[in-house]
Amino acid sequence: MPELLIVGGDLVDESGRRRGDVLVRDGAIAAVGEGIGDGAAAGPNVTVLDAGGCIVAPGLVDLHAHLRQPGREEAETIETGARAAALGGYTAIVAMPNTEPAIDSPGIVREVRDLAAGVACEVLVAAAITVGRRGEQLSPMAELAALGVRLFTDDGNGVQDARLMRRALEYASGLDITLAQHCEDEILAAGGHMHEGEWSSRLGIPGIPSEAEEVMVMRDIALSRLTGGRVHFLHLSTARSVALVAAAKAEGLRITAEAAPHHFTLTDAEVAAFDPVFKVNPPLRSRADVDAVRAGLAAGTIDAIATDHAPHAPEVKEAPFDQAPPGMLGLETALALALTELDLPIEQVLGLLSWRPAVIAGCRADHGGPILEGGPANLCVIDPEAAWVVEPGQLASRSRNTPYAGRKLKGRVRHTILAGTPTVRDGEAQQ
Amino acid sequence: MKHLLSISDLGADGIDEVMRITDSFVEVSERAIPKVPALRGRTVVSLFYEDSTRTRLSFETAAKRLSADTMNFSVSTSSVKKGESLRDTVETIEAMGIDAVVVRHGSSGVPWQVAQWVDASVINGGDGWHEHPTQALLDCYTIRQRLGSLEGRHVAIVGDIKHSRVARSNVLAFTALGAEVTLVAPPTLMPPSLAGWPVTVSHDLDQVLPKVDAVYLLRMQKERMTEALLPSLREYTSGYGLTMARSNLLPEGALIMHPGPMNRGVEIGADVTDLPNTVITKQVANGVAVRMAVLYLLLGSGADLVA
Repeated sequence: MPELLIVGGDLVDESGRRRGDVLVRDGAIAAVGEGIGDGAAAGPNVTVLDAGGCIVAPGLVDLHAHLRQPGREEAETIETGARAAALGGYTAIVAMPNTEPAIDSPGIVREVRDLAAGVACEVLVAAAITVGRRGEQLSPMAELAALGVRLFTDDGNGVQDARLMRRALEYASGLDITLAQHCEDEILAAGGHMHEGEWSSRLGIPGIPSEAEEVMVMRDIALSRLTGGRVHFLHLSTARSVALVAAAKAEGLRITAEAAPHHFTLTDAEVAAFDPVFKVNPPLRSRADVDAVRAGLAAGTIDAIATDHAPHAPEVKEAPFDQAPPGMLGLETALALALTELDLPIEQVLGLLSWRPAVIAGCRADHGGPILEGGPANLCVIDPEAAWVVEPGQLASRSRNTPYAGRKLKGRVRHTILAGTPTVRDGEAQQ
Repeated sequence: MKHLLSISDLGADGIDEVMRITDSFVEVSERAIPKVPALRGRTVVSLFYEDSTRTRLSFETAAKRLSADTMNFSVSTSSVKKGESLRDTVETIEAMGIDAVVVRHGSSGVPWQVAQWVDASVINGGDGWHEHPTQALLDCYTIRQRLGSLEGRHVAIVGDIKHSRVARSNVLAFTALGAEVTLVAPPTLMPPSLAGWPVTVSHDLDQVLPKVDAVYLLRMQKERMTEALLPSLREYTSGYGLTMARSNLLPEGALIMHPGPMNRGVEIGADVTDLPNTVITKQVANGVAVRMAVLYLLLGSGADLVA
């Protein structure tokens, strides 16, 4: 493996910002410092990556990606999803367990890990809280935790049964794992296809009230208080959900939360064109909700930006709005959306995309840590000023369901380095 | 204008234009041979994903009276049952060479999607709970025929507003033409939000009836009972049904309207349909002339309107 020299960038990590070159050898950071790359020339044993005008940061970590394998390979595979992730600056992504079959047993965890061997991004496997994600019986959490699974979720559905969720939290508290909840009361949400409000009323589309999310956020905060268990809230979408989380954190409960890029960039007004590419769950909400999610990210109430990358094949997204499946692509646009749309310093944006989610994912030893000699060489190099236009046909995902087609964004990944090897170089995927 | 998807595509001026053309076609409809050659050689397809008798027949009659060729695609006998997607179906039909397609679908927004995929003109024949623009046009025409104008008139729309495409299109059309609209329904049958709707709301029909120039009753569907929206149909009728006794609260000359099909004895008293101010069959008759006007407006050359 040739040495890598990342030259001319500004290093940004949890400790702040400084100038510096980075030398990578044998998958680890061998040296960090200003001027160590001066006069370096590429050769058979040295690859030089230009980071001029760029930010060199720990690789991004996505808490929430649907890689669709096994079961929905026409929409995405672990390989294509990982390539999309690398292009988005990610070195680690959490694969959601709502595959077919669901990831709810050691055998399927091993299968997914085998499929993920050698892909462009580390794939951390989340497992289901309940068998088959059916909300009836706990999955073998201890066995799965022993395999290294750190996040458990029935994502796609929330655990509806409050007593079962209580037991899951109690059981989990002995295992150093986190339960991640998709907050949605299915009875309140039943039949809905978009946010319930002004636009659903006008468009004649059955709505999903904000309260369908909020009652489960409230319930799980109460259950965390009852059990002492750790709860991570997936894709928060409403203003009151953000306020509930802020209050729970102030109380000292073990609560974390994420928000998806579409919930801080798009409103329910987008549905007016009836294009199912804007159908997602939780749905796009009102302007006030979008503003609250942004404020929650700025204040740190929301710990992480997570993509909820949810590929769907074109033909299923061309169905009538109420028949199309929910979900949007996210891995290749999340960073640029955060840089373009959130009025936050880049250090804070990267905290939301890298070191803070790395803690929640339980992978902080390998991803998101400070850029120091001896540390793992999982890095991304970002040109924060690069302007580009989202073109669905140019994305590496196997699917095309991005709601941002044609949108001008600022900020693009120039290089991504996974375990010392470039997975993206000069904006091009390397495998 | 290429498509008729929403009443808002027309605006007040567009509605007026449809009304003007409709006047000519009402005259045609009264002839011994009610047919003109205006759309000879044009093909109009009805693509109906929902059961509908009156709208489909009304469009077909309208197209035939304009000498257009008609094709009828109904889901129960089609490849849709074999799993064909909406887009594939639409593109297959378009490949046969068509000029207009009338789309009826149970999902809101489908005519907008179809319009993205075809070159033909798309007419919304009713989409989900969203819109039914030709129904609103024929309702406007019927009111104007009887009352002269909608300007300054007061119309109450009564019943299941939440699930009604007729109500949504009529609110847009009536208010565009200057009418005041009051929606009357139990709160469970109102849309969750009325922000941006230029209407007033009442839950007391008896209070509203003496003040209106027309009362528009919506069909009450029995399946609403299973969704906990109403305790019973009987309770609905006692509060919101236009019984004979209640119809006496209407001012002299106020119109009684219904888009059909009616549930007699539920939203409308069985004998109320026989009152002289009940214009329900007039609505149906005007439906043909209004749809002729819409087809003519979208497909016609502008010449030989009623030759």
